Amino acid sequence: MNMQNIWFIMKREFNGYFATPVAYVFIIIFLLLTGFSTFYVGNFFERGEADLYPFFSLHPWLYILLIPAISMRLWAEERKSGSVELLMTLPVSVFEAVLGKFMAAWAFTGLALLLNFPLWITVNYLGNPDNGVIIASFLGSLLMAGGFLAIGSCISAITKNQVIAFVISLVISLIFVLSGFGIVIDFFAGWAPQTLVDTISSFSFLTHFDAISKGVIDLRDMFYFISLIAIWLFANALIVNARKAD
Amino acid sequence: MTTRIEIEDLAKHFGAIKAVDGVSFSVSKGEVLGFLGPNGAGKSTTMKMITGFLSPTRGTVRVCGYDVLTDPISVKANLGYLPEGAPAYADMTPDSFLHFIAEIRGLKGSDKKKAVALAAERARITTVMFQPIETLSKGYKRRVGLAQAILHNPPVLILDEPTDGLDPNQKHEVRTLINEMAEDKAIIISTHILEEVHALCNRNVVISSGKIKFDGSPQELESRSRYYNAVCVNVANIEQQTFESFLSSLEFVASVEPLSGAEGFRVYPRDGQQITAELSEKIRANGWDIDALHAEAGRLDEVFRSITMPNAESK
Repeated sequence: MNMQNIWFIMKREFNGYFATPVAYVFIIIFLLLTGFSTFYVGNFFERGEADLYPFFSLHPWLYILLIPAISMRLWAEERKSGSVELLMTLPVSVFEAVLGKFMAAWAFTGLALLLNFPLWITVNYLGNPDNGVIIASFLGSLLMAGGFLAIGSCISAITKNQVIAFVISLVISLIFVLSGFGIVIDFFAGWAPQTLVDTISSFSFLTHFDAISKGVIDLRDMFYFISLIAIWLFANALIVNARKAD
Repeated sequence: MTTRIEIEDLAKHFGAIKAVDGVSFSVSKGEVLGFLGPNGAGKSTTMKMITGFLSPTRGTVRVCGYDVLTDPISVKANLGYLPEGAPAYADMTPDSFLHFIAEIRGLKGSDKKKAVALAAERARITTVMFQPIETLSKGYKRRVGLAQAILHNPPVLILDEPTDGLDPNQKHEVRTLINEMAEDKAIIISTHILEEVHALCNRNVVISSGKIKFDGSPQELESRSRYYNAVCVNVANIEQQTFESFLSSLEFVASVEPLSGAEGFRVYPRDGQQITAELSEKIRANGWDIDALHAEAGRLDEVFRSITMPNAESK
């Protein structure tokens, strides 16, 4: 694994987001939606507490919609334009390419997330929040975004069509989030054995993100997201290898 | 001569379709191998396997001694590849695109700058370096692809239809560039433009239905033409019939046919030998005035057809 190659591919891909208006449109919509969800859905003011829980707790739902929009182009576009043939005949391994692209998308998401800093300033201006909790939640949210991105990147390698990549990634992300949602758990809890219910809910982003959004970083939650990313990216590399020339 | 590319019994099957079926050849330094064949013959598939983009169904490819299956990275480091259609990152400028390629190729600092500048100059794209690639004309896009392929001065070049879609001037420039580099590289060029056989190549491989049908020099390829060394001749003030029977009677003439659309005859020699001098001597000996006399080169399009479509030849 050549770290420099990963870095070069990441750099190119990251700049690629800004070569078109896509990046700016995405960042603006992301900020509008986080603002809206924090103040209207999360009742930021009404809660009367100096924290960013309303901001972070709704991230899984925002990511379902927005992350596939970031990840859909990663491989679909590469295959559609034929540039995958160029990339895969440069002296880089498929894992380096997959990681480089993933890291670019992740860095871009991180940037969009960081641009929410006015919220952080607001909450610090209004009260005395625990900034350690906020940093932990931020990192946790970024980690979860990585999970969504890994799914999206993998799906993007299946098709040449970005819209199809978007829709399928969205559905799979939704399944991963919903499997921890009360209604779904209740649906299974009535008849299924407890171990199955636990297994389903343990696959959910919600279950693992809930503690993180409160600033509690549990190693098991981190392990969950990291292994999720690793598995999807591994599958991603296999798919790229198998389908690059189709 | 050092062998740079070795291909042994290479095959690629897509289901029941044998796109490439047992191809073997090798290319040495200094050789420019023109890879000819009709569309769908397996040219691009073969090139994709040499460059490690497609994995073969069977057979081996070695580039500069490295096996493409066991050490693909070393193979890719040693070759420059222009894929069919010259794909590039459309939203980048040639400048940032070439810098990216240079970085991936392991070039740093001033070496990187020099390599990009030289490749841009050789491919003649210096004037468009800061325009997005998607806004460039087809000819410029092709040359950006070419600049990318030659950037790291690789010992092996694989160019898939480098002049496809270019205008005559651009074709000429690309050919000049390839000729400039030919001396110290091993180059494979796929094309279906037959004039390039002479303009570029010192060796030809003709492939059809996944199999090699011809491997030799352009001259050998031409000599397969029935027009090879045929002579078109006409004399003044002699009746055509008399002249034709005279020509047929010569011992070095295999057959004679009247030219279409002009006075005179095409004379086919026995065994493809050169007969121009002898023929003109014999005609002069009869005291006739030669109106026109010229030897024909082989007709590559006809050879190409007869090699790649043997059944169509008979009509």
